[in-house]
Amino acid sequence: MFKKVDKKEIINMIKKDREITYPGEVIASGYEYLTGEGCLREGKDIIAIRHGLVSIENNLVKVIPLRGVYWPRVGNVVIGQIKDVIFNGWLVDILAAHMGFLPITECGEFIEREDLLSLYDINDVIIAKIKRIQPRSIVLTLKEKGLGKITSGILIKIDAAKVARVIGKQGSMVNAIKELTNTKIVVGQNGLIWIKGPNADMELYAKEAIELVAQNPLYDGLTDKIKEFLKQKISKSK
Amino acid sequence: MYEKRFDNRAFDETRPITAEVGVIENADGSALFAFGDTVAIAAVYGPRQLYPQHLQNPEKALLKAYYDMLSFSVPERKKPGPTRRSIEISDVTTKALEPAIMLDKFQNCVIDVYIQIIQANASTRTAGINAASLALAHAGLPMHDLVCSVSVGKVGDKLVVDLTKEEEDYKENGVKASTDVAVAMLGKSKKISLLQLDGEISKEELLKLIELARKACEKIYREQIKALKQIKQKWV
Amino acid sequence: MEISKITKETLANLIKEGKRIDERKLDEFRKINVKLNISKNAEGSAMVEIGKTKVVAGVKIDLMQPFLDSPDEGVLIVNAELLPMAYQEFEPGPPGTEAIELARIVDRNIRESGMIDLKKLCIEEGKKVYAIFLDIFVLNHEGNLIDASFLASVLALLNSYLPKIEKRYDDLVVVYGQKTNQKLPIKKIPFLVTCYKLNGKWFLDATLIEEKAAEAKISIGFSFENGKKIHAIQKFHGLIDFDELENIINLCEKGCMEIKNSLKNNLKI
Repeated sequence: MFKKVDKKEIINMIKKDREITYPGEVIASGYEYLTGEGCLREGKDIIAIRHGLVSIENNLVKVIPLRGVYWPRVGNVVIGQIKDVIFNGWLVDILAAHMGFLPITECGEFIEREDLLSLYDINDVIIAKIKRIQPRSIVLTLKEKGLGKITSGILIKIDAAKVARVIGKQGSMVNAIKELTNTKIVVGQNGLIWIKGPNADMELYAKEAIELVAQNPLYDGLTDKIKEFLKQKISKSK
Repeated sequence: MYEKRFDNRAFDETRPITAEVGVIENADGSALFAFGDTVAIAAVYGPRQLYPQHLQNPEKALLKAYYDMLSFSVPERKKPGPTRRSIEISDVTTKALEPAIMLDKFQNCVIDVYIQIIQANASTRTAGINAASLALAHAGLPMHDLVCSVSVGKVGDKLVVDLTKEEEDYKENGVKASTDVAVAMLGKSKKISLLQLDGEISKEELLKLIELARKACEKIYREQIKALKQIKQKWV
Repeated sequence: MEISKITKETLANLIKEGKRIDERKLDEFRKINVKLNISKNAEGSAMVEIGKTKVVAGVKIDLMQPFLDSPDEGVLIVNAELLPMAYQEFEPGPPGTEAIELARIVDRNIRESGMIDLKKLCIEEGKKVYAIFLDIFVLNHEGNLIDASFLASVLALLNSYLPKIEKRYDDLVVVYGQKTNQKLPIKKIPFLVTCYKLNGKWFLDATLIEEKAAEAKISIGFSFENGKKIHAIQKFHGLIDFDELENIINLCEKGCMEIKNSLKNNLKI
């Protein structure tokens, strides 16, 4: 009736969690698994379709990409740069495969149609949220707390795939950096990050810490290492 | 009679393979691939905006490969700029890579792959395809499979794998005695995505050569996987 | 992404205090990494990395008829390409203004410093001379392309060997792929350094973001072996005050010293 399952088979069924995989590799085998992002099912096997890190949690199999152009999702907070105006809004570069578009109706201010550039000029930088995704453009909105134009501080860019690591589980990583450097940090899902601190030094320390996270995403105990790094840097400067 | 290979390799042996990812920082993905002293670098930018608009495809991304050689990669200087040869190779390279990538996951955009040969000793297009395949995977693009490519051929009376320039130019009694076949196949499914031939060969010999290419591609596939799995775990 | 006003403002504020975003000093270079002989098929070649900027240069030598105005001299032809793989905004196509300018500045400093004894490259006056083709390719752009390109060029030339030549059908030709053990006749080693201005302060080795924020830019070429001499200057955009000139020259000279030291450590030159 029941097929006797070999102990070895059970061990072999859970494959490759926390390992780096490549497109085409079988990363788990068995019908009890569900496919998340970065993989698909082929009969009994689940196959990676991207280069990245395998994550198997509660039977959900995912491949977390290590690199890649930002892939926009509705609800993402992104940082973008105004590139041009058209009659009903601004074209915004959000470093994705398509341009972002901020319609006048979503800019959160009352404005005349002729006056667009006086509100947001070419090369201005804004924090926005993705409202809707269309075939050739990504519609943005500023109608929410915390969104709008950036006027000071520093902007840095990391690989979009590293954003999750920089934020950390429930914000643990970015909050640690914020606390230790007394800075405000907004992490755009597209890899652009805004840092505003009490002075340039703190902003630079926060920047260095973030870049270290982005360069060492797979390091075990990264949060502690970053905390240590910042504490040393700050005490040295005193 | 071609008794022994100029570099003493076995007839079905490739030159030592070097494969490495992340060689061009600014690119979304990049890789170096070498067969012995034939060295290729590939860099991928994409998916990104495609202009002019009339080239955009609402159903999938456009893949465009550009193959070229550095002027000093070859013994006689190659004038910079595309040649008829490099345009042809760019096109067959694009066609060799397309089937491996899930282009329909994107709309109205382009994936650019730039391939440069740094040092050439024949089999440059195959080294280029191997580098490009790694660069595309490194860029995190959704792919069905990797693409593996190798040259095979008949030198004198022997069927060989991974030809050098000397073997490509091999003559017997002043007459060309070398046939060169470029093959690319998907690493897992082994389906052929590039096939070009230059010379004179029988049907049986060709089928044997494809079989030799299959075996060689298994080795190339392993080296590509190794390169992708080799991400530094040390503190930078 | 075009440098935004915020980033430019931050960089300007930092530099007013003598600080830079990567904590370097104003006259400090990033880590310089050098590799020779990157293509066996070149008569000479080199790769230079300054920080993340990566440039390769290679020399190919052939024979040709000399130019009419210098019948007893070898020919030097310098070409540069900003490869599309180097930066999101570089497009495929023939060299644009930036690439042509890069090639011409490198050419000027090498030629005017007399680095190569072109007279020794004459085989038959008016008929046959050696032609040196120096090709520069930028592989990754993280700022300061000129300094990296010049260093790669000098190293490629310093390590170039003349090719074998032979008589074929009554003409003298190069045997492609075969080198002699005769190096190019080098008289001296020139240096070229670029400095940039932001918020009144001049600095060396700009990263890409610093380069985009810079208000002015100037490259100066030197040689030191027959006394300190300046052989080439190229000013780019922006304005320079008369009383800034001496400072700029001193700063560039300091930069040359740093490159010289880096070469000593890297290659024992």
